[in-house]
Amino acid sequence: MTIEISDKTYDEEFVKKVEEISGENFHKCMQCGTCSGGCPMIEHMDIPPRQIMILTHFGLKDKVISSKTAWICATCNACSVRCPRGIELTKVMEAIRQLTLRKNINYVEPSAISEEIMAGLPQIALVSCFRKHTS
Amino acid sequence: MKISYYPGCTLKTKAKNMDCPGVAALNALGVELVELPRWNCCGAVFSLADDDLLHLLAPVRDLIRVVEQGDNKLVVACSMCYNTLARANLLMRENSEKRHTINTFMEEERDYNGEVEVVHLLSFLRDEIGWEKIKESIKVPLRGLKIAPYYGCTLLRPQSVAIEPPEKRTLFKDLIETMGATVVDFPASTDCCSSYQILSNPDIGIETVSKILESAESWGAEAIVTSCPLCEYNLGKRQEDALRKHDKLKELPTFYFTQLLALALGLGAEVCNFELNHNGVVRLMESKKFLTAA
Ligand code: SF4
Ligand code: SF4
Repeated sequence: MTIEISDKTYDEEFVKKVEEISGENFHKCMQCGTCSGGCPMIEHMDIPPRQIMILTHFGLKDKVISSKTAWICATCNACSVRCPRGIELTKVMEAIRQLTLRKNINYVEPSAISEEIMAGLPQIALVSCFRKHTS
Repeated sequence: MKISYYPGCTLKTKAKNMDCPGVAALNALGVELVELPRWNCCGAVFSLADDDLLHLLAPVRDLIRVVEQGDNKLVVACSMCYNTLARANLLMRENSEKRHTINTFMEEERDYNGEVEVVHLLSFLRDEIGWEKIKESIKVPLRGLKIAPYYGCTLLRPQSVAIEPPEKRTLFKDLIETMGATVVDFPASTDCCSSYQILSNPDIGIETVSKILESAESWGAEAIVTSCPLCEYNLGKRQEDALRKHDKLKELPTFYFTQLLALALGLGAEVCNFELNHNGVVRLMESKKFLTAA
């Protein structure tokens, strides 16, 4: 993947927002890949967590926001507990999701869940899914 | 002994088979789990956005209810509720700025400073009752049952609320051995079951579940034990989807630890609500003669 990085591609507002919402200093990331190595969802992601960190650092908003990675992330914290730089990646992923959700865009439509599935679901599945994937 | 107990929404409805045997088992061990008055949903997940304090109100209100009881400890059985309540509690203890904002916002409530201790039922069994005492009370040892303990995520991550050090975890192992059963420690024990992704991305969810089942089966487990109704749903109820997709997978009954404990204490199937489990649970217990013995 060739990526152009220049002052034209750097979205400062995006970087500031992710910093603010996540409360994390993801610029500390040293690209070791420990997060990606232990991520149970990695094979389903289009961009590994390690790359999400550097793309966010470089302010490449479109690449990060259009990636499905933050939506596939299950907030399992396997990455956060192992990151040698002490970055809570789950908070960075949350911030990336929030940037979309706060525009009133849902990732999951509650009305699209079938009655059959709904009937068997534990409440914590519904509540956590809606907390993570609806605005 | 009486202790404040937070069941949470799922344990009062879809996971009565976790709640009822837990309450009965503790009762048999001389502990009354007293349901917290006026408890509300904790929100199921801890709020990760730094500027989102609103979602902290629910778990903090629950913790205030504990203080109102004159109590300083809250026992929680559901792993997700435990994680959410424990993290909210830590934040109220450690972050004075956010604590001040939240306390000021909740004008109708008393100020809360994180004085309650949030304890998972597994830790409570070890620390307040003790394996020795539990062992003495076992009436139906689960002899010959090979159980894979499934921790999942929320009991062990993040470190700040881990019920024990993840690399030196022994709680499930000690409980299983105390009940007379055999522990099958398997590599996927602390992997994620896909959590809420089972709803958003079901195919990914089923693949994730399949890997965990395969791991447990390949290490010789006859059953999985968990303390989370979402893990139980994914590994138990949705197991049929995994079996349909992967020929080599076999049915693997999934239990809550409270059910096995109640059975081992001789309380019988009546308190276990096995009808709410999914996959061959009763068949396995019958084949091992654990039901008739009670
Ligand atoms: S583990 Fe931490 S330091 Fe290493 S690549 Fe991931 S975020 Fe960066
Ligand atoms: S929290 Fe998300 S990114 Fe991190 S390891 Fe888990 S699924 Fe992967």
